[in-house]
Amino acid sequence: MKLLKIDSLHKTFKKHKVSAVDGASFSIFKGEVLGLVGESGCGKTTLAKLILRLIDADKGSIFYKDKDLLKISHSDMRKTRKSLQIIFQDPYASLDPRMRIGEVIEEVYDIHKNVTGREKKNKAIELLETVGLGEVYLQRLSSELSGGERQRVGIARALATDPEFIICDEPVSSLDISIQAQILNLLIDLQKRKNLTYLFISHDLGVIGSICDRVMVMQSGKFVESGSCETIFRNPKHEYTKTLLKSALLS
Amino acid sequence: MGKYVFKRIIGLAALLLGITIITFSVIHIAPGRPTDLEAQFNPKVSMEARERIAHLYGLDKPLHIQYIEWLKRFARLDFGISFMDSRPVMQKILERMPITLTIELFSIILILLIGIPIGVGSAVKEGSFYDRFMTVFVFIGFAMPTFWLSLILMDFIGVRWGILPISGIKSLEFEKFGNFEKIIDMSKHLILPVFVSAFGGLAGISRYMRSSMLNVLKQDYIRTARAKGLREKDVLYKHALKNALLPVVTILGLSVPGLIGGSVIFESIFSIPGMGRLFYESVMARDYPVIMGVLVIGAVLTLLGNLLADISYAAVDPRIKLE
Repeated sequence: MKLLKIDSLHKTFKKHKVSAVDGASFSIFKGEVLGLVGESGCGKTTLAKLILRLIDADKGSIFYKDKDLLKISHSDMRKTRKSLQIIFQDPYASLDPRMRIGEVIEEVYDIHKNVTGREKKNKAIELLETVGLGEVYLQRLSSELSGGERQRVGIARALATDPEFIICDEPVSSLDISIQAQILNLLIDLQKRKNLTYLFISHDLGVIGSICDRVMVMQSGKFVESGSCETIFRNPKHEYTKTLLKSALLS
Repeated sequence: MGKYVFKRIIGLAALLLGITIITFSVIHIAPGRPTDLEAQFNPKVSMEARERIAHLYGLDKPLHIQYIEWLKRFARLDFGISFMDSRPVMQKILERMPITLTIELFSIILILLIGIPIGVGSAVKEGSFYDRFMTVFVFIGFAMPTFWLSLILMDFIGVRWGILPISGIKSLEFEKFGNFEKIIDMSKHLILPVFVSAFGGLAGISRYMRSSMLNVLKQDYIRTARAKGLREKDVLYKHALKNALLPVVTILGLSVPGLIGGSVIFESIFSIPGMGRLFYESVMARDYPVIMGVLVIGAVLTLLGNLLADISYAAVDPRIKLE
């Protein structure tokens, strides 16, 4: 079943005359982990923001189930955000420094009004436990946490709305190698347990290979190649993919 | 926290001592003597008489002795006696201070009430017509000389249209008014001075607010708030504004000296009997004890403003721990 169908999406940043996403078309099936690789600045994060409408696309369409996300009203979009979530790259910057972890998570319930007052705290504790943190973290500020702990909070926050689809925007690239594996395992585990669908963005082919079913390769706003992980890794067709693979082997 | 405040106060006391040394030297280096008013312009006053007056004021002693004597009195909170009318300096300042503080307080409130919304609006609609219009507007206020604006306003609003009184803080028949009328009368007198004082300060606060808000709006956690599905209103006011107000709080404490300095100009123009005008008069008469008194109180207010800014900074931002 196609969960998301994206058709010829375009975004140009007028100020810099950069075509960040230039005609992206692809589909994501329910329950799969779709990888998106490419060098820094090739438009991966822009694509993620476009899908969630954190920025507006110039043209194209994004069908989530049977709704075109680019055509629905802002208030409908806010409701739809419940099912489409994102885990951001930089856990140091993506949490409001003035809020306690409990507030960060409980705010989600206030917005979507799906949990009553008293239950909020229990839900928040449950979520924190799901991502391997405990009740003690409720009163902590994000500045008191380590990078790995913060990213766990970021994951808990994304899970709070009970989403179907999560964009993981380089969720491990700003973490230590040892923590990277823990967070990746957590993400894989959650995906299997909750039957989530991921769009997993990374520039690290090793990470992509260990978590994704299919992979798309992006270069300057365009997809140059896509296919199952095995095919792409074993038998790359496009020059750019070959270069990427070579550089990954070197490092 | 208590330890931090204590440490800071010790530091500020040392700073204050330095300020008094510098101001004491500067006003004594400046040309003109307090005896000039009584002696210089009157050819009948002999050299001996002049020396007698100088001796009376203790001006014949070496400068450092004079300073130490001043400091000894200051330690007992005694600012000495005015050369002009022989009244205690403390008394002169205390009777002038409330009016100056009232005007400053109102103008700070006005600056905040107008400046913060201007700044937030400009940041949210960055680059729009509103943003550019407000930028020009606040910079006009910033660039316009206070004395010129005061005179123009006095001429149009006070003289030609006769809407508001132009000088002093009370009408001539003030004593005959009832309590309510007294308040109305005083507020009418304060409108122009408060406006003039606030207009110039608008630029600082609103520009700070704008850049601080723009900075916060670019942060990732604002994007997180949007991704959560928060209403734009909540994103702006709950997440962004709270964080963006922090730097503005400190600026507020730092704006105290500017307001005190400005009061010298507009109090003289509007003939408001406040500290600013007292300072102006005492400088003109080289009334050293009064000059020192006003400067020290101004310095204390400034230092307290800084201290309060730091403490309130810690109070509103849980991340800051004062040590």
